[in-house]
Amino acid sequence: MNKKVAVFRKEHFNAAHRLFNPAWDEKQNDAVFGKCNNPNYHGHNYELEVKVVGEPDPETGYVFDLKKLSDIINENVLEKLDHKNLNLDTVYFENINPTAENIVIVIYEILREKIDEKFDLQIRLYETERNFVEYPV
Amino acid sequence: MIYLTRVEHFNAAHKLYNPAWSKEKNEIVFGKCANENWHGHNYELYVTIKGEPNADTGFLYDVKKLSDTIKEHVIELLDHKNLNIDVEFLKDKMCSTENLVIGIWQQLIMHLPTEVKLHAIKLYETPRIFVEYFGE
Repeated sequence: MNKKVAVFRKEHFNAAHRLFNPAWDEKQNDAVFGKCNNPNYHGHNYELEVKVVGEPDPETGYVFDLKKLSDIINENVLEKLDHKNLNLDTVYFENINPTAENIVIVIYEILREKIDEKFDLQIRLYETERNFVEYPV
Repeated sequence: MIYLTRVEHFNAAHKLYNPAWSKEKNEIVFGKCANENWHGHNYELYVTIKGEPNADTGFLYDVKKLSDTIKEHVIELLDHKNLNIDVEFLKDKMCSTENLVIGIWQQLIMHLPTEVKLHAIKLYETPRIFVEYFGE
């Protein structure tokens, strides 16, 4: 039996965004994205949960030092997204909509590069208390 | 005396930026909140009224009507909006949570029946930051 343990770090950021497809006309954008298409943007408090899975290290007892995980998330994700306009201020959403689905994939890809492949990684992102997404599944 | 609270929520973009100041001064005072391209929040709104239950209904006030009033005169105006640009009752005001809660109080006082006594409005800007206003 393996001794894999999941460890989690919660972080949070807030940002403005707008959902629209520049290839569509205003009517179609309104029909599909509704209030989320406000051209003056709206915003959310995002709550982020990062899950890292591995076996506790025999020397430290840690799966992954959660302070280090927090530092990695802060430096590579929160610094880029917190108090930003996701459409205008980040490079990630130049060609894709900053939906919760696309944001969670971006965050996963950023963190996957920074966390050793021997650990499994999964991200949960709350856009509101009632709407949240997970990746990968 | 009974205190009855209805909870509603909305989300919006805003920035904290005083146009009378230089960009540098805004950044010193408001930090990341001064980002010229906006940022945003999920706001949670707690509206509390007070009074005695009606003998016939047992209600302090029909909470569905309270909810409808909040939705029509507050949520409709704020939800998925840019507080600095889209909201008439915040025009020329700094879009802090403090000023927002006062603006919401004034909206509700205007549209609630006079017999309904508004007691308090609590407004969460984030799960960790909130303000309260009692009309004082």
